[in-house]
Amino acid sequence: MKFDWRNNRDFFAGLVYIGTGAAGWYMALDYPFGSALRMGPGYFPIVLSWIMIAFGVAIMMMGIKNNVKFQGHWSIRALIVLPIATAVFGWMMEEAGFIPAMLVLIPLSAASGNEFNWKEILPLTIGLTILCTGMFIYGLGLPYPLIKGLWGY
Amino acid sequence: MELFHNLVFGFSVALTWQNLWFCFVGCFLGTLIGVLPGIGPLATIAMLLPITFNVPPVAALIMLAGIYYGAQYGGSTTAILVNLPGETSAVVTCIDGYQMARQGRAGPALAIAAIGSFFAGTVCTLIIALFGPPLAEVALKFGAPEYFSLMLMGLVAAAVLAGDNITKALAMVTVGLLLGIVGTDVNSGMARYSFGIPELTDGIGFIVIAVGVFAIGEIVMNLGDPEERLVFTNKVTGLMPTKKDLKDSFWPIVRGTGIGAFLGVLPGTGPAIASFSSYMIEKKLSKTPERFGKGAIEGVAGPESANNADAQCKFIPTLTLGIPASAVMALMLGALTIQGIAPGPQVMTQKPDLFWGLVASMWIGNAMLVILNLPLVGLWVLLLKVPYRMLFPAIMAFSCIGIYSVNNSPFELYLTALFGIIGFFWAKLDMPPAPMLLGFVLGPLMEENLRRALLISRGDPTVFFTRPISLGFMIATVLILVVMILPAVRAKRADITDPSHVS
Repeated sequence: MKFDWRNNRDFFAGLVYIGTGAAGWYMALDYPFGSALRMGPGYFPIVLSWIMIAFGVAIMMMGIKNNVKFQGHWSIRALIVLPIATAVFGWMMEEAGFIPAMLVLIPLSAASGNEFNWKEILPLTIGLTILCTGMFIYGLGLPYPLIKGLWGY
Repeated sequence: MELFHNLVFGFSVALTWQNLWFCFVGCFLGTLIGVLPGIGPLATIAMLLPITFNVPPVAALIMLAGIYYGAQYGGSTTAILVNLPGETSAVVTCIDGYQMARQGRAGPALAIAAIGSFFAGTVCTLIIALFGPPLAEVALKFGAPEYFSLMLMGLVAAAVLAGDNITKALAMVTVGLLLGIVGTDVNSGMARYSFGIPELTDGIGFIVIAVGVFAIGEIVMNLGDPEERLVFTNKVTGLMPTKKDLKDSFWPIVRGTGIGAFLGVLPGTGPAIASFSSYMIEKKLSKTPERFGKGAIEGVAGPESANNADAQCKFIPTLTLGIPASAVMALMLGALTIQGIAPGPQVMTQKPDLFWGLVASMWIGNAMLVILNLPLVGLWVLLLKVPYRMLFPAIMAFSCIGIYSVNNSPFELYLTALFGIIGFFWAKLDMPPAPMLLGFVLGPLMEENLRRALLISRGDPTVFFTRPISLGFMIATVLILVVMILPAVRAKRADITDPSHVS
């Protein structure tokens, strides 16, 4: 089989390891290395980074040899929407309170799937918000405002 | 009679109302997520960890342990009834369990699974009680070189046995070790890999990594490759196994328990390997191997006992040495640390209530699972009808609240989002995340023990090979690597871990 690096899973895996190791090594150059007797803060990271790079090279070679392709589909939509939903939740908790954060998080998460139906998501959102408010705010007593400045703390 | 004395003490701790309640909640939640495919014990424990902050350590650990073994148990229920393994460990149970259900013998299959698990749970409780204290005593004599070698062995074993590609698994251990460095160095006070972000000088929370990679990363994967779900509900009539069933299952249960207990103590072997091994052995020993795959009760009894035994014996290295034998155990240690208890052999002497209470609670929990599961089978099957598109927003909600509650800081959520993305790419590149989590938890300990060991030996690295116990661990590490790299063993192992070879 012809070697095609663009769709070679292990070739990319190797690249990621080498990249991680190289970045770890470069950043650790700023930390004093010390000696074996008195390990400095740079000792362990630098040794690990080299090990990392060595593994990366080995895996890259393996990829060139075995030519395994990427498996399955790429859920780009979920990959973008779910992390955004997570981050927005954090930001909303700080700025707007628990209830608004939940009301945004749940439909936004649901929107990362391919089947989105308001008739299902609306009751789910309201139900989960009530459940979580009861469990976490009243049940466990987590100290978050329900709606910032208006309700709760 | 010290054993008896200790167990009585353990039961006196576990039988308080509060601890019973947490044990019940743990088992219930565990069964719930065991039944639901698409969410495993790892993500659940990570998600619920923050809830246990306000609870005393004993109760917290009892609940988390309940989630863990409850999940193994719940996974088998759906495997038998609808041919759908809720957890990977239940894949084998599908083979004969589902066939039994189709022949109208779902009841006996469920009952035997319950009896087998309960038997394994009872035996393993005794094993932990018997071997825990002497092991901890030995471990108390360990110095820094011994600890370093032991951790090295644990990490190598975990990597070798966990994934199907050893090089990648070892590389992921290294990734974990590097991630563990992030934060302030305890000795020099220097902030390492913190990118100038003040929040990162405290290090990365392991809940952030666990939820990011195992919950969010998983959801992204699942949404890309939706599993087909065939729900085929059987009416369960007559739970009681016949006398012949019991006779046929007796030795498989005993052997399964033995296999599970042995593999359980080894780091890295998941319950899936234990149940596959047990299935293979039962099939080999059987006088009528052709019945396997067509509803042989031995094919349910053995593997179900094995995976439960494995799950429980994983606690032995975790509690006595402070070395987690699997990613879930790494989370347990994390829970201990958050509670302000340093994991290690001293836990048993300094916190006997924690150790013995937990051991006793496992037996109580196993009994609860039998009571909880058999009558409630109908309810669990009903749960399977909840479609994934409704389930994953709920998982997201619990995960996000959990993470926020750790430090009340939105930064943790930004970091989780990042790890969700990283986790997805890891999965796509076939880079196994479980060894990474072990490396991450052990990283700081390893660095500290390496530093101390080299300080004692005045910078001489041969210290790891001149002290007998340390040398033993080093030899074992090399042996594990050599044995696993030999092609014959690898071929056999592929048989065990790949379900398609079994039937």
